[in-house]
Amino acid sequence: MENTILRIENLSKSYGSSTILKDVNLTVNEGDTVVIIGPSGTGKSTLLRCINLLTKTNSGRIFLDDKEINAHGVDENDVRKHIGMVFQDFLLFNHLTALENVMIGPSKVLKMDQVAAREKAFFELERVGLKDKAHLYPGQLSGGQKQRVGIARALAMDPRVMLFDEPTSALDPELIGEVLEVMRKLALEGMTMLVVTHEMGFAREVADKIVFMEHGVVAEEGAPDDLFFHPKHERTREFLWKITELYGKHDQEKGENPE
Amino acid sequence: MNEFIDFFRTALPDFYQGAIITLKLTGVGLGLGFLLGLPAAVMRVYGGKYLRWLAVGYIELFRGTPVLVQLFLVYFGLPDLGVTLSRMTAAYIVLGLNSGAYQAEYFRGAIQAVGSGQMMAARAIGMSRIEAIRHIILPQALRLVIPAWSNEPTSLLKASAIAFLIAVPDLMTKAKTVAAHTYNPIGTYLSVAVVYLVIVFVINGVFSFIEKKARIPGLELEF
Repeated sequence: MENTILRIENLSKSYGSSTILKDVNLTVNEGDTVVIIGPSGTGKSTLLRCINLLTKTNSGRIFLDDKEINAHGVDENDVRKHIGMVFQDFLLFNHLTALENVMIGPSKVLKMDQVAAREKAFFELERVGLKDKAHLYPGQLSGGQKQRVGIARALAMDPRVMLFDEPTSALDPELIGEVLEVMRKLALEGMTMLVVTHEMGFAREVADKIVFMEHGVVAEEGAPDDLFFHPKHERTREFLWKITELYGKHDQEKGENPE
Repeated sequence: MNEFIDFFRTALPDFYQGAIITLKLTGVGLGLGFLLGLPAAVMRVYGGKYLRWLAVGYIELFRGTPVLVQLFLVYFGLPDLGVTLSRMTAAYIVLGLNSGAYQAEYFRGAIQAVGSGQMMAARAIGMSRIEAIRHIILPQALRLVIPAWSNEPTSLLKASAIAFLIAVPDLMTKAKTVAAHTYNPIGTYLSVAVVYLVIVFVINGVFSFIEKKARIPGLELEF
């Protein structure tokens, strides 16, 4: 039986009178990759920020390994140690080298000793294929490399689940591939991931489940093939059609013949 | 011109003692100002309501009133309340408090330039606010602040001349004495201006060196 890592129940979030999320329910099982798609301004990023408590929810419950994490009195710093987050605009620490960016979590937050933290950081950099760039500063890396360091930084905390907030949206087209490649590898290694993205090729190929969100609600969810070929809702079909149109047929074909 | 150089030579030993006092005032004022200004800036940006008010109150009070008034209040006013300070102590305290208020604003600008994204990323790997400020925000802010902050030592050096008005034997006070003894005010004050100028040049040189040393590729303010 599959083990549920993340469970969200009736989550709602509003800023003043504008509702961002309404009664969102979502489960992510261990080792699964769940991809959230949907138009901009639908609350996808807000949902991720609610999960790692960077944004406070109005109502609803979030469970990580069956422990309610948005309850009153929970140590939010402790919760975040177990949830990795990768940002759209990387947000690497600009004054630290790639290695130090990855090291700082293990050494300052997990209180590992320097030698062990360094070793861990090298290991994670190798995982994203950047061991040779360890001593460069973020300002000296390309966008794709920065994002891979961002992924390594999150991985170094050995999180239970990784959240990706449009990890390739800020990248030049030719740099997107290297980041998706790393994410694909993580999925194969059994990392539990929740990914917000517009990369439909990646979604179809890697996702165990795709969630279509619109206007702050989960409009439809299902296995990639069901969602892509037999969407229940007209809106889902429309959105997928538009996105496919935008990114070209290339993605569709790639989905059927994974490289 | 030769006359001036001769005069400058003879007056230099007197100026030397004064310059030491002036440098002491500047150094202590700067150090005290740093110790006050950095926490004030952090409180102003990240503090809760009360801490923020406290920081803003301090900063605006000392930036909003003449440093001379502050000096007279501390040196001539406090004795009425039973607190008598020596001339040097009064000058140290006032220059420190005053500089701290200005430094706080330099630091605040730099902290805000680091950006809220860095804080978010630090929190996302499980750092507390304090840890994030210490390990992520300040190391960047202290680099970004250098170009703007390097105005402070020189401006404080020049501002320290007001200590003359409570008879602290600084460079300016020495100059006044020399001018009275030699009946050569132009020569004296020109010489003093030269001494100030040389010190300012040295300080500026030191800071542009520090700025270069602390530089990190990709981490600088764009103009």
